[in-house]
Amino acid sequence: MSALQAKIDATEERIAAHDMPQGGWSMAARSEALARLRSMGLPSRRDEYWKYTRPDTLTQVGATNAAVLATDEAPVFGEIDTLQIVFVDGVFDEAASADLTLEGITIERLAAANADIHWAKGLYGALETNGQTPVERPLATLNTAFATDGVLLHITGKPSKPIHLIYRHVSNTSDAILHHVIKVDADAEVTVLENGPAAARFNECMEVDIADGAKFHHVRAQGRDHERRAATHIFARLGTESTFKSFTLTANGVMTRNECVIELTGDDAHATIAGASLGDGDFHHDDTVFITHDAVNCESRQVFKKVLRNGATGVFQGKILVKAGAQKTDGYQISQSLLLDEDSQFLAKPELEIYADDVACSHGSTSGAIDEDALFYLRSRGVPHGEATDMLTLSFLAEAVEEIENEALAEEINERLAAWLARRRS
Amino acid sequence: MLNIKNLHVSLEEEDKQILKGVDLTVEAGKVHAIMGPNGSGKSTLSYVLSGKDGYEVTEGSAELLGEDLLDIDPEERAALGLFLAFQYPVEIPGVGNMTFLRTAVNSQRKARGEDEMSATEFLKVVRERAKSLKIDADMLKRPVNVGFSGGEKKRNEILQMAMLEPKMCILDETDSGLDVDAMKLVAEGVNALRSEGRGFLVITHYQRLLDHIKPDVVHIMANGRIVKTGGPELALEVEQNGYADILAEVA
Repeated sequence: MSALQAKIDATEERIAAHDMPQGGWSMAARSEALARLRSMGLPSRRDEYWKYTRPDTLTQVGATNAAVLATDEAPVFGEIDTLQIVFVDGVFDEAASADLTLEGITIERLAAANADIHWAKGLYGALETNGQTPVERPLATLNTAFATDGVLLHITGKPSKPIHLIYRHVSNTSDAILHHVIKVDADAEVTVLENGPAAARFNECMEVDIADGAKFHHVRAQGRDHERRAATHIFARLGTESTFKSFTLTANGVMTRNECVIELTGDDAHATIAGASLGDGDFHHDDTVFITHDAVNCESRQVFKKVLRNGATGVFQGKILVKAGAQKTDGYQISQSLLLDEDSQFLAKPELEIYADDVACSHGSTSGAIDEDALFYLRSRGVPHGEATDMLTLSFLAEAVEEIENEALAEEINERLAAWLARRRS
Repeated sequence: MLNIKNLHVSLEEEDKQILKGVDLTVEAGKVHAIMGPNGSGKSTLSYVLSGKDGYEVTEGSAELLGEDLLDIDPEERAALGLFLAFQYPVEIPGVGNMTFLRTAVNSQRKARGEDEMSATEFLKVVRERAKSLKIDADMLKRPVNVGFSGGEKKRNEILQMAMLEPKMCILDETDSGLDVDAMKLVAEGVNALRSEGRGFLVITHYQRLLDHIKPDVVHIMANGRIVKTGGPELALEVEQNGYADILAEVA
């Protein structure tokens, strides 16, 4: 059987395993996504974009068994006043969720918004479709076709508290597909938080349309369940003088592929995508980013830090594309790994493609061990070896965490990082 | 306080002997200075005593307060009361100076079975001691030594010393990279810590630091050994005539 035929068969098999939600405004986009998925096929190991990450457990029919972590740890962002929206294995939990009303925002669920006319109609699947060139992202297309739920957030003002999506994982074989559409009106501002593993396997797609002068903040923690798998996509489009800032904490997870596609379409816009990941043992974490500068005087920052031990693998594929005319672009990209032993590996593919002549783009990628001089310095002051190593590890991660604007949120993330390290010390 | 006997040390990586039989005793309440030309083994001695990797002790011993120093980890030596002021303090981005200081103080207290210092108490003490070293609130908040000038780094070393209250302080070329005013400030900080129960070993190339930190005993080190020991006048002799005369005399 040819590779192409195998790909077609695998894709059809997967499609057959899903039911497309029927009716309402999203039908056209879903049907169109299904057609696109059929024509591109699900990713396979032979695809260049999946060279470092095996897609099979993400594409196969059904989720691989993933044990649910039993922990009495306080949930992330628990100290912060938020509007909580809870999904259990991808299913909305009304009883556990807050009343979905808040000034400055309308909140609806994808599964509950079935009218024929809806503001999200022009966006659902639209940014995802844009994000398919020049590189195909079939798992996002699969999501657009078959997502069972998600939130539709229309931000018209400045909601007084963050919107907090909580993803609980209770079944060992749950396979969740959620699709969120977020529209931030001109000069509006919102913070969206996400936490939890969501399911044994989670396919998430978030489309964010940020109008002129608007601000979107996003902080995500992907849960501690060790065996869970996730493929996530964020597609963001930025208008003039708008801001997009996203940070992801990944501690554990046997397979994670986080893709982010950002298009700066208005002048003077700013985008930051950052991540800190911690992997121990059977851990594969892939950050794949594509940023397009298509306007003047925009700034983008990619800051990714990975701590890897006991044979964990980290992947970074990051590209900055500066289109002709996107003068005064300031693009910064850094991806670094701290390898705590010789069994772990970090694979990085930083790319720049620039068609404008007045731009400043910098990129760097490093792999390293703990700095022995710094370790000795701390120990000579009485800090024990384990604690000193943790301090230096947190110091390594700090550059990514510092990209979170809100100090209370950054503190929540730092506490998780420290706890993860401390657990491995005892 | 500090007893070093016939200490022989080689580099682990290459077969090179650096210390070739150092004998030195520093009594509590005394300031000893070690002077010597480049490559005489002064800094190696400070590193071996504080427990840096990369050195192999082939012979001899070093004890602090009767405890064998060479057999324990750097953090245990610190808890025992040893402090090394680094010639080149290390920059640690992402770790706040205050957090670092508090972790160090409480780690040592914990190791000694003492109660940890509360946040309020710590803050009070650190502010008071920082003030006399002209270390402002901003320097305390910034990451450890990051973006500090040469003088600020050395003052920060002395602040750590003041907070950790060690029994035996080793200063490794603390005067290097300092202008006269900065050196005075550092020396004042050190002098404020001189006390009956505390010993000092001041390693320096030049006599000028010893104008400000007056030693009780001066040793000249050359080629991995202490070749001459005397009073403060020995430092002046070095200043006037260089090392050549002394080395010729003992050769």
